[in-house]
Amino acid sequence: MSKLTVNNLSCQRGYNLLFENLSFNLSPGEVLRISGPNGSGKTSLLKIISGLNSPESGSITYNQSEVSSEKYQLETLYLGHYAPLSSELSCIENLEYLTNLSTDIAFPNLHKALQAVGLTNYENELAGNLSAGQKRRVALSLLFISQSKVWLLDEPFTSLDSDGIKIIESQIEKHRLEGGVCILTTHQDCNIKNLKEISL
Amino acid sequence: MAFRNPSSFLNPLMFFVISISLFPIAISPDAETLSNLAPGIIWVITMLSVLLSLNSLFHYDYDNGVLEQAVTSHQSLSLILFAKTTAHWILTGLPIILLSPLLGMALFLEPNSIYILMLTLCLATPCLSLIGSIGASLVVSIKNSGMLLSLLILPLYIPILIFATSAVSQSQFGLPINGQFYFLGFILIVSLMTASFVSALALKISME
Repeated sequence: MSKLTVNNLSCQRGYNLLFENLSFNLSPGEVLRISGPNGSGKTSLLKIISGLNSPESGSITYNQSEVSSEKYQLETLYLGHYAPLSSELSCIENLEYLTNLSTDIAFPNLHKALQAVGLTNYENELAGNLSAGQKRRVALSLLFISQSKVWLLDEPFTSLDSDGIKIIESQIEKHRLEGGVCILTTHQDCNIKNLKEISL
Repeated sequence: MAFRNPSSFLNPLMFFVISISLFPIAISPDAETLSNLAPGIIWVITMLSVLLSLNSLFHYDYDNGVLEQAVTSHQSLSLILFAKTTAHWILTGLPIILLSPLLGMALFLEPNSIYILMLTLCLATPCLSLIGSIGASLVVSIKNSGMLLSLLILPLYIPILIFATSAVSQSQFGLPINGQFYFLGFILIVSLMTASFVSALALKISME
């Protein structure tokens, strides 16, 4: 069974030990919320699980794939603090680029994804002209395209209005029901079933 | 992308044209003096123009999180960086090559020397972008890293400067220039083969 296994993970930034010997398993259909005060290492943990950063010690595997493997990278989708959009590209161009980077889908339905996050008619709008919430919606529209099993979402609800939060929550719920795994950090309350929680 | 934000590639190009046009005014309008100095002038300004544009090679993508997506992608990071570096060369190196005959004429270079100058630029400007991408990757997470980038990269540019200027200068006196071209070709091949991999490694280190 596909399982995300985090084993004895330790992380140090400068002279600060953020966390040590952190272990958990996530089975298909489980959502993990990481909570903790600012600077406790939530983003660092997500970056380590995504393969962006290396831990001091410990290991991460998904379905026996190591974090550095191509298979692991294809199975995980990481969305960080910032909406990863180039201001000179339009919404649809940004989404196309992000889709090429994070999935191997040949012909994704990008227009449908933008519609799903309430950005109908914004396809050709330059990302630089969008508000923070709209930029976040464009980035999160990747969730409607991605076939990755593991979603790593850093503060996904930042800048979103209540409608936007509901859309993303329901997409995470759908992903969970389809056997996906999601790890998210948020300071807000969220209505997601089968939510596990760890505090750093 | 660059055409939607033209200043990103026009600034280094304007710097190249304006700086070279100022030399006849500042030094001397004498044809012999200028033609002797021309290879050095054009090559030094070329390097500084490329250096000026290197800062923006990865910085915007780093600031808005696009580079994070590239690093966590299943696609080859080296290939992504090679594509970006190629785009950088098309927007900086290629216009410099195309403008070099005009500026060579302004500095009274002989047609044969202009031809040699263009050949050296064709061989060496891709090296400037490729080697520069390693430095740009290393300093991507550092704010206002222009000076550090120059200190890191300029020593690596020196062999290119020596061989390229010497090729153009020697061609002015009808001396053989095969050796210089062999060295420039060697540097280009080594840069093409290794720079993207080193750049990807440097980027991963600097994003830690």
